[in-house]
Amino acid sequence: MKKLFPILGVLTAILLMYALYQALVVAPTEQTMGDVQRIFYYHVPSAWTAFILLFLNFGASVFYLVTRRSTADIVALVSAEVGVVFLTVNLVTGPIWARPVWGIWWTWDMRLTSTLVLWLIYVSYLFLRRFSSSGETPLLAAALAVLGALCVPFVYFSIWFFRTQHPQPVMGGGGSIDPRMLHALLINWLAFSCFAFLVCWSRYRLEKLQREVDAAHAMESLLDPRESLR
Amino acid sequence: MSGNPYLLAAYSVTWLIHIAYLATIVRRYSRLKREVADLKGPGAKSGSYM
Repeated sequence: MKKLFPILGVLTAILLMYALYQALVVAPTEQTMGDVQRIFYYHVPSAWTAFILLFLNFGASVFYLVTRRSTADIVALVSAEVGVVFLTVNLVTGPIWARPVWGIWWTWDMRLTSTLVLWLIYVSYLFLRRFSSSGETPLLAAALAVLGALCVPFVYFSIWFFRTQHPQPVMGGGGSIDPRMLHALLINWLAFSCFAFLVCWSRYRLEKLQREVDAAHAMESLLDPRESLR
Repeated sequence: MSGNPYLLAAYSVTWLIHIAYLATIVRRYSRLKREVADLKGPGAKSGSYM
């Protein structure tokens, strides 16, 4: 496993560079928006990767609620944290794309607002995990994650159910896309997914080590209670 | 492809966010490794926790 990680890291770095080449060079320039449309190749895959991670968080949270296994709790924490990072990228690149195309940085339409609410829910989840010292924190966080996950399909389908300024979905929206653009989009999604997997793996190992160190400190305090009072 | 400032900003900020997050993971990992070394050191109360 120790050898596998650097190999996957190098392969993912190559894939990310190839995806960047596809997005900036190979994909054709969009006729009305011009080059700024290429933000699409980072904006959309970031959102899709975030949604996958938040669904993983949902699955792990349900599994934790049923089995109370700490592995499920760690997977839930890690997927939420990395999911928030990708959702942050989506929320930041959106306004940078909107400014030259719509003439505004932000508008309170359904897709944008629901994405912001989703981000706030999962930031609250991470705050709960970080600052609550209760022994019930994993249980409360799992319950919050299950409720938060309900928001994910709402965000995705909001552009189907409401009139919004946001463009219609790339997949299943009835529109068409140039095959080279679709290829660049899917390659970037694959590259981001591989990158997210590696980051989750690192973060999982870190969290496991953190819990082992916490347990060791607790054991040390039990062996010498006076030491822990100093 | 011409140099569009918005495109450059979007791609740069994406990688800045990812690199900042990776930096927090590396920093926390270094701190934990030091803690593990302290726990395994000569002053530790027990032989091996890890």
